[in-house]
Amino acid sequence: MVDSKQNKDVQLNDLYRDTVLDHFRSPRGTKPIDRVDIRREGNNPLCGDKLEMSIKMSDDTIEDIEVHCKGCAISVASTSMLAELVPGMKKDDALKLAEGFKQMMHGQPAPEGLDIGDLDSLEGVKDFPVRVKCALLAWMTIIDALRADARDDDQTGAMTSTEDKQD
Amino acid sequence: MATVSTKLRDPIVPDKREALDVQRIRDDFPVLKRTINDKPLVYLDSAATTQKPKQVIDAIADNYRHNYANVHRGVYTLSAEATDLYEGTRSAVATLIGAPSTKEIIFTRNTTESINLVAYSWGLSNLKSGDEILLTEMEHHSNLVPWYMIAKRTGAIVRHMPLRADYTLDLTAGLDMINPQTKIVSVSHTSNVLGVINPIAEIAERARKHGAIVVVDAAQGVPHSKVDVSQMDIDFLAFSAHKMLGPSGVGVLYGREELLEAMEPFMGGGDMISSVTLDGATWNELPWKFEAGTPNIADVIGFRAAIEYLEKLGMDNVRKHEIELTEYALERMKEVKDFTIFGPQDAESRAGVISFVQEGVHPHDLATILDREGIAIRAGHHCAQPLMEILGQTATARASFYVHNDRHDVDALMAGLSCAGRFFGR
Repeated sequence: MVDSKQNKDVQLNDLYRDTVLDHFRSPRGTKPIDRVDIRREGNNPLCGDKLEMSIKMSDDTIEDIEVHCKGCAISVASTSMLAELVPGMKKDDALKLAEGFKQMMHGQPAPEGLDIGDLDSLEGVKDFPVRVKCALLAWMTIIDALRADARDDDQTGAMTSTEDKQD
Repeated sequence: MATVSTKLRDPIVPDKREALDVQRIRDDFPVLKRTINDKPLVYLDSAATTQKPKQVIDAIADNYRHNYANVHRGVYTLSAEATDLYEGTRSAVATLIGAPSTKEIIFTRNTTESINLVAYSWGLSNLKSGDEILLTEMEHHSNLVPWYMIAKRTGAIVRHMPLRADYTLDLTAGLDMINPQTKIVSVSHTSNVLGVINPIAEIAERARKHGAIVVVDAAQGVPHSKVDVSQMDIDFLAFSAHKMLGPSGVGVLYGREELLEAMEPFMGGGDMISSVTLDGATWNELPWKFEAGTPNIADVIGFRAAIEYLEKLGMDNVRKHEIELTEYALERMKEVKDFTIFGPQDAESRAGVISFVQEGVHPHDLATILDREGIAIRAGHHCAQPLMEILGQTATARASFYVHNDRHDVDALMAGLSCAGRFFGR
């Protein structure tokens, strides 16, 4: 008999840890920034979650970020954690962090030496496969935003979709 | 955290008002015996697709075991049997919806394909630049996107009848939008989000006056009530087997014979031709002109068992049962604080599909929490993004009922909702 075991023995408390709920209730990074160098939207077309990300760069460093996410607790919390982590990071380091978090969500351990901050509280999401996309929306959006090197390239209207690639 | 009680279901004390013997019906659904996360399954997503009674599952298996062969081709006995069974379902569908002739019943893959068939076959030959296609603001993507595609190719304009504050169609404004430019009026019989049942007869009457054709997306209509095309004065009606206890992969398009006769085929291939030469082809007669290639034989045959199941219950009883259950659910939902229902509050005037949001709990989180309790509801945009925009939501939660649901299921949902409220309120 086929019986879905995917959620068995996984407590809801593992998914919705206090840190996650705290970020959900008071998301960081929503204050307007004084200059926008990169702007990008992200969406999850299957569930309708949407976010708008604005980044202020100084050379290769992310100076500030403003991001607004309309979505579930997981996507809002993950977005908020991103907003807390990336300011002050070099573009390459932010990309490394994003790729490391993606790995984590796919069940692999985070790369050694990577400071993932509050993101470890999202570890339980990997046991709820249908919710992994929620956790990754903000991170896929920032990967696209930074890779497109938007200061040269107008990203107005550019959109990251969780359905665009195999993630 | 608190969990919902998992004790076995006590039989509900028989009540003369009950339209259906749900206890007996439940025995016919093998899936209802399983558990999800160690809890009995509470299936509240029949608006997305319905579970199957053993009669349907057996009919499909029986066909593969005993009567399976390709249809309309073979000289041999097995093929003749398969053809009889396949065409038997067509007759059953015609009877179910009051269609005068089996020529008017076309099997497709689903409601979406049925609407696409009309959009392409009728729309491409009959629409020109400036013509109007009138839809409503509450349509499912399946009754929006095909028309957008045809409008783009023909230069026709798509318009939408607006909604009132109570989520019903604004008929006054809507009927005024029908004018001599209107060539197609395509509306849902019942909204898959709001549960609103639309006044098809009044819309059809006005459309007729201006010579527009009327298409009805009855994906949420035919499964839940008596829908009779001979009483409706419409041109096309689309619905799916999988939303009415039948297998997935079978859709129906009813079309008025004279329109179907005049239309070009939708797809070309085997079975839909009368003859093919090196220079061209002539089309088969109705309804096969629109059924290119080997159809979904076993599932069409299985669909008949679903129709017979529903007819045995009686469509009026199915409707009555859903009204009773919806009334109970709406009443119980009043207990919940910070709770918004998107749709009419009067059970008699609506269908058994209830969309809602609970303040502070996103629908996806709610669906995950309910899933832990074995409760399956839908969360998302329900393939109706324009409507979501109007409702000011990116997503809603949705519970929908069918013949195997009873007050136990509503009680389980309510317990799950309060559990989610406590969880997020902690």
